[in-house]
Amino acid sequence: MPTPNPLLLIAELSYRCPLHCPYCSNPLEIGEDRYRDELTTDEWSRVFRESSALGVLQLAFTGGEPLVRKDVEELARVSAESGLYSTLVTAGTPFTPKRARALREAGLDHVQVSIQDSDPLESDRIAGTTSFARKIDAAHLARELGFPLTINVVLHRKNLDRIEAIIALAEDLGARRLELANTQYQGWAVINRAALMPTREQIEEGERAVARARERLGPRMEILWVLPDYYEEFPKPCMGGWGREAMVITPNGDVLPCQAATTIPGLEFDNVRERPLAEIWFESDAFQRFRGTEWMPEPCRSCPFDRQEVDFGGCRCQALQLTGDAVNADPVCHISPHHSLVVEAREAAQSSDPAAPLVYRTTRQLAARN
Amino acid sequence: MTETILSRPQLAPGVRLRWDDVRERHVLLYPEGALTLNETAANVLELCDGERTIDDIAHELSSRYDGADVRSDVESLVGAIAGRGLVVDADT
Repeated sequence: MPTPNPLLLIAELSYRCPLHCPYCSNPLEIGEDRYRDELTTDEWSRVFRESSALGVLQLAFTGGEPLVRKDVEELARVSAESGLYSTLVTAGTPFTPKRARALREAGLDHVQVSIQDSDPLESDRIAGTTSFARKIDAAHLARELGFPLTINVVLHRKNLDRIEAIIALAEDLGARRLELANTQYQGWAVINRAALMPTREQIEEGERAVARARERLGPRMEILWVLPDYYEEFPKPCMGGWGREAMVITPNGDVLPCQAATTIPGLEFDNVRERPLAEIWFESDAFQRFRGTEWMPEPCRSCPFDRQEVDFGGCRCQALQLTGDAVNADPVCHISPHHSLVVEAREAAQSSDPAAPLVYRTTRQLAARN
Repeated sequence: MTETILSRPQLAPGVRLRWDDVRERHVLLYPEGALTLNETAANVLELCDGERTIDDIAHELSSRYDGADVRSDVESLVGAIAGRGLVVDADT
């Protein structure tokens, strides 16, 4: 099977962020010096032009908080000139009227604002900073300027019971899309798993609430509901399959097949400062290692469900995290020999202590945290 | 035949139609998604400008295709894309 051209570039412009969400998918090492050596405006601009020539259609400005950088307006302009469809993924607090108008003029296509909860105090508590009111202002502002708006809410044990209020809030804000993403246990969420993992009843009630809302709203507001892996029977195709659709570029220019790929020991990542993007996509070790189906061990290799090219073996980072080896089948799969680890984590959640203290995301050095 | 609710269809705000040089196809781009279009679909969507009616679009394409009756094809295509919220009515 020939390697397809990428469709999506996730540009992590900076790991700095005014929020401290305890489920952040950024790596735990975001405080390390190498990530402070951020790509310059010219370097990102070159990367965006190269990505367009390589077939990328969608570009997401994310982070951390992308707007901590002063050049997002310039980057949006370069993106528009390159024909890319651009999305700003923002916490909302730095999305001021002045910057929002400049971004609109620069040709930014779409704005996604994260909200942590429909309850203002709970939203602020999870964000680790007073931010709810400014997020609401940002969402209104995006709509006033004519941006299509996505509201993004990460779901977990502490906010799932308010799912109907969360849907109603997105509706009130005029969102065209609502992303309800159950916490994926990567990055900071791993150390907060006991406090964040929902109960089965919460997930089931959440699914019912989403089904009712979809029925009521039709195409007026699209609701994306991402089930937590731990409650699935089959794994998800991580990033649409390793090295098939998407690439992630870290603030310092490393090119990754997924946001969490740096957790996999032994993978070598190329950097856009050293190699052209097309070469990295087609040839780099990190992209080649788990691309296609050749690398798969059993039970994937002879999958009785013929899902090799449906879920592509699932998530490598999850396989590593739970089984200790990234080459194993994703243990979410019910026929994985390690599936009992997922079952145990799920069962532990039924009795886990919802009052367990949260470890908040920070770009301070980990040593300083302990 | 399904009756369309759109009188003057246009791309919804935030939806863009463009040529993809790499895949040599038209694509419809929208928040977090892309739809690869065949030539017929691209021809129809290019005419969804909020001015032309379904009849106008059908008439214009028909003249390009030796007078073939394409109205029901235009209607079902616009209806399908509208069902995904990517085309809306300019009159509402």
